[in-house]
Amino acid sequence: MPKGKVVVDPERCKGCGICVATCPFGVLEMTSTYNSSGYPVVGAACPDKCTGCALCALACPDIALEVYREVGAGERRGG
Amino acid sequence: MPKTETMTKVFARPRSLTEKKFTYCPGCHHGLITRILGGAIDKLGIQERTVVVAPVGCAVFAYEWFRCDGVQAAHGRAAAVATGIKRANPDLVVISYQGDGDLAAIGTAETIHAANRGEAITVIFVNNQIYGMTGGQMAPTTLDGQATTSSPRGRDPATMGHPLRVAEMIAALQAPMYVTRQALYDAKHIAQATRAVEKALRYQVEKRGYSLVEILANCPTGWKMPPVKANEHIAATVTGVFPLGDLVDRG
Repeated sequence: MPKGKVVVDPERCKGCGICVATCPFGVLEMTSTYNSSGYPVVGAACPDKCTGCALCALACPDIALEVYREVGAGERRGG
Repeated sequence: MPKTETMTKVFARPRSLTEKKFTYCPGCHHGLITRILGGAIDKLGIQERTVVVAPVGCAVFAYEWFRCDGVQAAHGRAAAVATGIKRANPDLVVISYQGDGDLAAIGTAETIHAANRGEAITVIFVNNQIYGMTGGQMAPTTLDGQATTSSPRGRDPATMGHPLRVAEMIAALQAPMYVTRQALYDAKHIAQATRAVEKALRYQVEKRGYSLVEILANCPTGWKMPPVKANEHIAATVTGVFPLGDLVDRG
């Protein structure tokens, strides 16, 4: 059951791939889409696996990712 | 199944940054450091009285990204400009943001003497071991044997010296309150670096004195490495030459 959601801003993403390497659950992947600056952008390949841990956004140098987490998901996971 | 309405945003752009896109290369840690600083400014609630002194180098446009006051200093003189601003108005929070070509080469004198006088400023030192903006030339911090456009056969310590360890040099002085070296090659170290930047700014807000946060950054373009490999290089090699951790904490 997904507990999180990652939203990529394709115009800010430069396709460096650091988020893809950082995500512990393999949510993100490089796509074959290019933005208006000519950079390939990342996308959520397996959005169902996202837990909203935000490690991808923490490591993104261009603040291209926003992360959402289900309300109360942390408490349920802890319990 | 959760819907967006039931989800809370857990990661968003710091309020003290503008909406402008960074001009840095893909994977460059400068963007991360800018975001960490923005987050720290938000957390301490000091946006209204923060002044960011930008260097010459890739971060020359820093004033475009911070939603606070800024000055773009002459090459290497950021610490001297920051000194003037801080002395003129001690209530301001003054951040000197400098790279290794700026801080450790042309600006060595200003760097050392501002630290030695214990000016109550926060210096963010971005050490990526290369001159990024001008095309990847050798910097004082370039590793032994590292090939750059101006040391194509690798840095030869016999004629070019060894990498300059700035944090250790500043830590040898009596005045600095906080000197630390951090890295950003994985989430754990990003979190640690974030805490270090927050502490350095907090010390200034509490009027304790000078602090320097050296951050081991990558330069995928200058190093001719993909960003993920550049991060691995920092973890495997660069941290061996520039050990991480707090060198001085007199707070």
